[in-house]
Amino acid sequence: MAAELHVELVAADRQVWSGEATLVVARTTSGDIGVMPGHQPLLGVLESGPVTIRTSEGGTVVAAVHGGFISFADNKLSLLAEIAELSDEIDVQRTERELERAKAEGDAAAERRADVRLRAAAAR
Amino acid sequence: MGAQLRVYKRRIRSVSATKKITKAMEMIAASRVVKAQRKVAASTPYATELTRAVTAVGTGSNTKHSLTTEAENPVRAAVLLLTSDRGLAGAFNSNAIKAAEQLTERLEREGKQVDTYIVGRRGVAHYNFRERKIAESFTGFTDEPSYADAKKVAAPLIEAIEKETAEGGVDELHIVFTEFVSMMTQTALDARLLPLRLDEVAAEAAPKGEILPLYDFEPSAEDVLDALLPRYVESRIYNALLQSAASKHAATRRAMKSATDNAGELINTLSRLANAARQAEITQEISEIVGGASALADATAGSDR
Repeated sequence: MAAELHVELVAADRQVWSGEATLVVARTTSGDIGVMPGHQPLLGVLESGPVTIRTSEGGTVVAAVHGGFISFADNKLSLLAEIAELSDEIDVQRTERELERAKAEGDAAAERRADVRLRAAAAR
Repeated sequence: MGAQLRVYKRRIRSVSATKKITKAMEMIAASRVVKAQRKVAASTPYATELTRAVTAVGTGSNTKHSLTTEAENPVRAAVLLLTSDRGLAGAFNSNAIKAAEQLTERLEREGKQVDTYIVGRRGVAHYNFRERKIAESFTGFTDEPSYADAKKVAAPLIEAIEKETAEGGVDELHIVFTEFVSMMTQTALDARLLPLRLDEVAAEAAPKGEILPLYDFEPSAEDVLDALLPRYVESRIYNALLQSAASKHAATRRAMKSATDNAGELINTLSRLANAARQAEITQEISEIVGGASALADATAGSDR
């Protein structure tokens, strides 16, 4: 059996990414977790952070995920996020501006969001 | 031109202008229905996965949570009514309001106090006019609701349900919205969001008697449920908002189509009347000329004699 798992990355209003992968690394509230094919059924709460998906073609997909859940069963992994963006969709310059603005206004949540986006964009 | 004919011509002109407007509104609504339907479809994967996850925690663990357990004797219920900001949608808003009123009546008969939360200016106007109390209202986004709007609506509701009943919290959360069945059919219905009926949710998530795996919860079942349920409510409200928007556009399209048809009919009738009036005028003129000519002829004939 090919060691693959099916990944669905869905945001509240759209499906962001779906495909086969060999490894998915995401950040839960109790730390980073790596899921490989055949993992035991899992349901966890995600922190906002970058999610790394190693696809079966050997590529890497990075997405910025802001809050949500990870659920894995029957070799099917679902990442549910209220907001999720693939690293290619992130506009670095705009995010940097957002980060500066968030820092200036002392908006911790916005600062964290922008930071996660930038890290995801840097990892691509 | 005769006065009668002029009046008809003027009315035809004004009805044609109205027809053009309603036709345009019909086409705009038709394109918006498609867009709204697409948004409903796009939000489905998230909703299904979330429902699955909720079922998994609800059935896979013995966790008790305030949002899944029924209160012994519920005293207060929140009703969220979804209407639209703008009218011109046939019976769309009145149907939703009627459904909400029936639900309120039923809940009150069961001895519960009802707090009404309203989305959409139409519903707000209806309740204000009758001087009924509105707990909270939200307006300005019913045509194209976003997930952020759904969160905004859900926040006070979740807060109310988490509060103790004695401190003004609610025990139940009901939602009244218009389900988009098809382009021609939209039905106003009410549903109980909270407390969750897990067996119902389970039937929805795994209709084929599929057995859910035993999950490992990270960090713990309670924490997962704590985080999951508000998201579940938000996603249900988001879905209801989207369906409501799609229904509203479909209702507008239908109303505007019949308005356009009626205007067309009116133009036909008026044109016939205008033709008749014009013909009558011509006939009258001819008979006047003929009458005048024969009077002249009679007069000359008389002078010859």
